[in-house]
Amino acid sequence: MTKVTLTVNGRAMSGECEDRTLLVHFIREKLGLTGTHVGCDTTQCGACVVHMDGHSVKSCSILAVQASGSTITTIEGLAGQGELHPVQAAFKEHHGLQCGFCTPGMVMTAVDLINREGGTLTEETVRAGLEGNICRCTGYHNIVKAILAADAEMAGSRQAAE
Amino acid sequence: MGVEGIGARVTRKEDKRFLTGKGRYTDDMTVPGMKYAYFVRSPYAHAKIRNIDATAAKAMPGVIDVLDGKQLQADGIGNLICGWMIHSKDGTPMKMGAWHPLAVDTVRYVGDAIAIVVADSSGEARDAAEAVVVDYEQLPAVVEAVAALASGAPQIHPEAPGNLIFDWQIGEPDAVDKAIATAAHVTEIEILNNRLSPNPMEPRATLGIYDTAEDHYTCYTTSQNPHVARLVMSAFYNVAPENKLRVIAPDVGGGFGSKIYIYPEEIICLWASKKTGVPVKWTSDRTEAFLTDAHGRDHVSKVKMAFDANNRITALKVDTIANLGAYMSLFSSAVPTYLYATLLSGQYDIPAIHANVRTVYTNTVPVDAYRGAGRPEATYLLERTMETAARELGVSPAELRRANFIRTFPHQTPVIMNYDAGDYEASLNAAMQAADWAGFAARRSQSEAKGKKRGIGMSCYIEACGIAPSAAVGSLGAGVGLWESAEVRVNAVGTIEVLTGSHSHGQGHETTFAQLVAGRLGVPIESINIVHGDTDKVQMGMGTYGSRSGAVGMSAVVKALDKVEAKAKKIAAHLMEASEEDIVIENGELKVAGTDKSVPWFQVALASYTAHNLPSGMEPGLKETAFYDPSNFTFPAGCYIAEVEIDPDTGETDIVQFVAADDFGNIINPMIVEGQVHGGIAQGIGQALLESVQYDENGQLLTASYMDYAMPRADDLPSFKLSHQNTPCPGNPLGIKGCGEAGAIGSPPALINAITDAIGHNKLTMPATPMKVWQALHPAH
Repeated sequence: MTKVTLTVNGRAMSGECEDRTLLVHFIREKLGLTGTHVGCDTTQCGACVVHMDGHSVKSCSILAVQASGSTITTIEGLAGQGELHPVQAAFKEHHGLQCGFCTPGMVMTAVDLINREGGTLTEETVRAGLEGNICRCTGYHNIVKAILAADAEMAGSRQAAE
Repeated sequence: MGVEGIGARVTRKEDKRFLTGKGRYTDDMTVPGMKYAYFVRSPYAHAKIRNIDATAAKAMPGVIDVLDGKQLQADGIGNLICGWMIHSKDGTPMKMGAWHPLAVDTVRYVGDAIAIVVADSSGEARDAAEAVVVDYEQLPAVVEAVAALASGAPQIHPEAPGNLIFDWQIGEPDAVDKAIATAAHVTEIEILNNRLSPNPMEPRATLGIYDTAEDHYTCYTTSQNPHVARLVMSAFYNVAPENKLRVIAPDVGGGFGSKIYIYPEEIICLWASKKTGVPVKWTSDRTEAFLTDAHGRDHVSKVKMAFDANNRITALKVDTIANLGAYMSLFSSAVPTYLYATLLSGQYDIPAIHANVRTVYTNTVPVDAYRGAGRPEATYLLERTMETAARELGVSPAELRRANFIRTFPHQTPVIMNYDAGDYEASLNAAMQAADWAGFAARRSQSEAKGKKRGIGMSCYIEACGIAPSAAVGSLGAGVGLWESAEVRVNAVGTIEVLTGSHSHGQGHETTFAQLVAGRLGVPIESINIVHGDTDKVQMGMGTYGSRSGAVGMSAVVKALDKVEAKAKKIAAHLMEASEEDIVIENGELKVAGTDKSVPWFQVALASYTAHNLPSGMEPGLKETAFYDPSNFTFPAGCYIAEVEIDPDTGETDIVQFVAADDFGNIINPMIVEGQVHGGIAQGIGQALLESVQYDENGQLLTASYMDYAMPRADDLPSFKLSHQNTPCPGNPLGIKGCGEAGAIGSPPALINAITDAIGHNKLTMPATPMKVWQALHPAH
């Protein structure tokens, strides 16, 4: 057993785990943050995407011990209590979710995509950017719409701020 | 707070919890003392179990116990059943082989469960499972249905000689043969419907909790129908009497049919919880999901369609072999029979139909309903045949369909169904216009100028939803009735809980069911909660599948609301000293029509509970229950058009446009309906272009991960153009037909018709991968 210390959603957290424990299982089982999901066992589906030191990572593709010392944002910490991040709000507005299982990973991927390529996104680049996230419910149609809408809104907010 | 009734594009009430990580799925559940299960599964497709030695496994760190099938059997836990009796045409009942939840002496597919390991952590359970030594005597296996019927094929169940489960027929063989013999033209085609894995993104999971003090079981499970799960586990598997078994299906991450059935793991975890004295949780990993979730489709069919000299269809003859896998899953027998052959008339006036269906055991995972369940198979067969016939007859695909459309209703088909309403030409016209069918020739020339192949294809589908009139399905062999229940509970402050036997696993019932109530009473949607998925809260229900929640589940809510409103009107009339007949309910008030007298909804609710001033003899309270049993199936229909561009050098298919024109009857929430269609089309495109379950000849599953099974991803799909041409369903109070499966039913033939149009011949099977398309374009290779 090894002690892992992380800053998760702005709070220092630590726990003991087996060396083989994946970050996603540490987040779900040791930290009790069950918004991050496990949808496959081959790092293909993206249901487990979190942000590690500001970048999206599939938390099933990294050991908890490797992540020790890093800063993690999960879906629970994306917006303030009771609030929605613009990407979350756009998913609701455009019906970008149905069963909700892939949704946390989709949203975390979308936020990272907008952080990296915000203001330049097109339907084609959004679809390419979602290549590592599988949704079985929506056919991606409304997810793409939601991300483009969130991108436009966030670009508008950035302009207004400048 | 706005009143948002039927027809409004209301954003979903349930979204916030899913968007903020607060959804509660089965694997999110933890209870004190909970331990983890891992299953020892067969690595062979067919073998005798000589011995199971768990000595070393039991001694491993963290292991609580290892339990096997003999122990389960000794404790009186029953075998899994198929709940729909089909008789062969010779009158004999279907041949159901024994399915032990944990294999006792024989394993019949790779993944068949043999033992359960319970340990402190999931890792320790998995480690110990690897240490369980099973001595197998390997037997020959067979994976293809046609091969399983051949003489000398490995025998899978002693109960089913020759692996034949039943040989069933529907329709008039003599009339069909006569029409074919005298036809002006007969189109013949062989149709393969590829085997698929449903793949809801949430893998199956279950948490079994046995309470020693109360002798009571609680089962959290990823189910589309928790009440049916409780009924079956109680009545057939002898887990516990119903009053000692609570089944909870909390947030469920998609189902698509695969979570209808009661699988071995739920039963075993409940039993193991009693044996070990600890709560036992099992969560499937994706590999296990591919190995053990019921698969869908897997038909091989031969078709003959006869035409007269005016291109009118005179007869249809279908011979289908359906692979049901190693055991008969819960509704497996109904899928290739009453959910399939009864739809073979499609949208067409066909005087004579005969279908013969043989179902077969193979050494593969059980096959059961997957989104559409029989109807995609019927539609693919019919619409590929129509397309082929149009090419052979030298008429346009639209012209041939128009010449044969059913145009008057009700219409009795030769295969049981009585269509109640529809306008097939309206959807065809809308789809052709949206797709600019007339401009296709010019677009094809442009593609050819770039060295590309371009094709366009259509599909006119019909399905039967709103499953189903209980007496009708009972007469056809169903073991259950297919009604739905609802309870409307008005609280003393006027807020409302609606308890429904339908189950939402992505469909948005918390919103649409609330819209119905908000619209009827004129109260804010925020004041209405929808409760589902818990057998301790909802008395009984039949669950969600077959696009039935709107047509059947909401109709039950309508009936309960009728009763609530009637009582509320009596109370309001009494309070206002008016006649009950003059009371109307509008905008959250009960008014005396034609006057300015009114009482607010909450005041009537409060009056019903204070009971200080009720009409003489009236019981206090405002709560009503209703059961709704449909009078007929509903018949959603529509026309889908796909247009593709193919790179002849790579065989890659680009879907340049996809158009859907649907008739779903009345629509509660257009936003949610469109979402259902998008998702269905994506699954249909998946079947047509990407997805295929592949076993090798020894029964090893080659497509057991997302590295090997091609799920549709965002960059595989286009955006979709949708429209609706709704004719209200006359059979239920809301005029709803259902929309959950249409996309998956209508889209595969449209795609394959488009691709075969582009490549110029018909020799192509699903999935049309780049390799297959390239080979079809370069037949010499």
